Amino acid sequence: MSQPRTLFEKIWSDHIVHKDEASGTCLLYIDRHLVHEVTSPQAFEGLRLAGRKVRKPEATLAVADHNVPTSDRSLGIKQEDSRIQVETLGKNCEEFGIQYFGLNDKRQGIVHIIGPEQGMTQPGMTIVCGDSHTSTHGAFGALAFGIGTSEVEHVLATQTIIQKPANNMRITIKGKTGPGVTAKDIVLSIIGEIGTAGGTGYVIEYAGEAIQDLTMEGRMTVCNMTIEGGARAGLIAPDQTTFDYLKGRPMAPKGENWDKAVEYWSSLPSDDGARYDKEIVIEAKDIVPNVTWGTSPENVVPITGNVPDPANAKDASQRASMERALEYMGLTAGMRMQDVDIDKVFIGSCTNGRIEDMRAVAAIAKGNKVAENVYAMIVPGSGLVKEQAEEEGLDKIFIEAGFDWREPGCSMCLAMNADRLEPGERCASTSNRNFEGRQGRGGRTHLMSPAMAAAAAIKGKLADVRDFQD
Amino acid sequence: MQAFTTLSAIAAPLPMINVDTDMIIPKQFLRTIKRTGLGVNLFDEMRYDEQGNEKPDFVLNKPEYRNAEILVAGENFGCGSSREHAPWAILDFGLRCVIAPSYADIFYNNCFKNGILPVQLPQEQVDRIMEYAQTTPESKVHIDLEYQIVKLDNNESFSFEIDPFRKHCLINGLDDIGLTLEKDKSIQSFEDDRAQNQPWL
Repeated sequence: MSQPRTLFEKIWSDHIVHKDEASGTCLLYIDRHLVHEVTSPQAFEGLRLAGRKVRKPEATLAVADHNVPTSDRSLGIKQEDSRIQVETLGKNCEEFGIQYFGLNDKRQGIVHIIGPEQGMTQPGMTIVCGDSHTSTHGAFGALAFGIGTSEVEHVLATQTIIQKPANNMRITIKGKTGPGVTAKDIVLSIIGEIGTAGGTGYVIEYAGEAIQDLTMEGRMTVCNMTIEGGARAGLIAPDQTTFDYLKGRPMAPKGENWDKAVEYWSSLPSDDGARYDKEIVIEAKDIVPNVTWGTSPENVVPITGNVPDPANAKDASQRASMERALEYMGLTAGMRMQDVDIDKVFIGSCTNGRIEDMRAVAAIAKGNKVAENVYAMIVPGSGLVKEQAEEEGLDKIFIEAGFDWREPGCSMCLAMNADRLEPGERCASTSNRNFEGRQGRGGRTHLMSPAMAAAAAIKGKLADVRDFQD
Repeated sequence: MQAFTTLSAIAAPLPMINVDTDMIIPKQFLRTIKRTGLGVNLFDEMRYDEQGNEKPDFVLNKPEYRNAEILVAGENFGCGSSREHAPWAILDFGLRCVIAPSYADIFYNNCFKNGILPVQLPQEQVDRIMEYAQTTPESKVHIDLEYQIVKLDNNESFSFEIDPFRKHCLINGLDDIGLTLEKDKSIQSFEDDRAQNQPWL
């Protein structure tokens, strides 16, 4: 009898090209590589300088997302360096024979939205991208992680990566979640519990009824923010929900290959008795709608809670960090979260820019109005999400309620394009990072679910989505 | 890649935890298509005010630390984005080594691809080096990668752990891609097996 193995161990061992027995370092085969404009130009330049080719252009897909305008695109990109970066990606893809979804292609969108949407992301694969939120693809039971530009170059040239196996952590969410609680609240609770470095050195497998009950969109939200807990990759065992999502997508297997693939995918879930280096169990009923109060994604508090007091910090460096965060955020300890006024709302990103997120916002927005002093933007994750939302008439609900309905891209999640906060502005955001300056210098970010962000837009302050639901 | 063997240099203390890559190099500087030139914007928002003037109280703006080649920081250094612009900015500024109790995985990995040594030491030892850097800024910190040792001018020394493969590459300034391409036959046969057994891929 072979030893019971985890999902991670199965994928890992199926991709070892070479193993250095002395150090345990492996050369790991990479099945799919996603490329975007910001972290790739130096990699392509490196290939050119060394006279190297892309080993497997057909395993590679490129799109511009970080720098693209989310307003009218017929005018092109105004910012010169952004335009050059996007044009450079197009030229590199042409030169090296890589498929590229251009700005006016309706399949264009955030790299972690379009991979799954096209059926490129499949169970059991290894997937990399020069972006830390590559962990998103783990929702399909694929081992997916972010890499730096030097590694992008390495993968382009060799279709492999040099790595040591990670440790296994399993986080089980037991039971069913309560009303108003979404995938975002689950993952914020997890990060609040383990901290931003809690997953360092691990791959996290999410399990339990509350995870299995999630749609693929919800699973992607959870895996997406795995990196915010310090783990490079998150995993969820593939099941019927996964197969149903994939079937019929442009890049998914077809015909006889589909059956073969499903047979293989069905063998991937962790075996009973598989060993984890660390196990965490969270009761789903303990998870409530969450928001962040500070400048680290671990600064999580229930929407019904108050701003924490640095006096209760566990040590001096944590206290210093909390004090700095409170000053930056313009908050005082003990303040009720629901009393915090906001200026802007950002709905979108690779965390929450999918169709289900759009529907959640529409459900709250319908028949309501965005508060007078709030500017609220909705940025769909891809051209196809936009098209679908419009087919369902969601755009009309958004516009009627006073939301700005925009073109797809990363937008104000990282504010590389023109969408950003001004100093001191406070934003209810569905993105993934609340770091200092993340959404614009001096900008103040509160992370939350799309429904909570919509509720905040309407109230003009942080709000409990459950007050909007019957 | 520039090799890293030994370094004797001023160490700049940055006693903060969770220093993220957005702090190290904010996104407006990621629009470049080059690896160089980012040093001037390292820690941009902590280092300059809104008018672009240096903030005198930021460590790298203080005369005694301007020529630092080592940075001492708190736990979980380099968390957040995968941007290699973070180590590029660190290197371009002139820093060759970071000393911290822990690092985020992607950042840690990126350092080795750029000839930067991320030294990991227990909290109390980092605290000691931090104090030394704060109280005697003129004194140097000495790093020897071969012997995996950090030494202070007063002969206090701390040994650190490092993965032998990464150490080997750093000491010899080796290019990973060149090494991997030597295994081209293994990659090819892996791909052939794959095409046979998992034809949908």
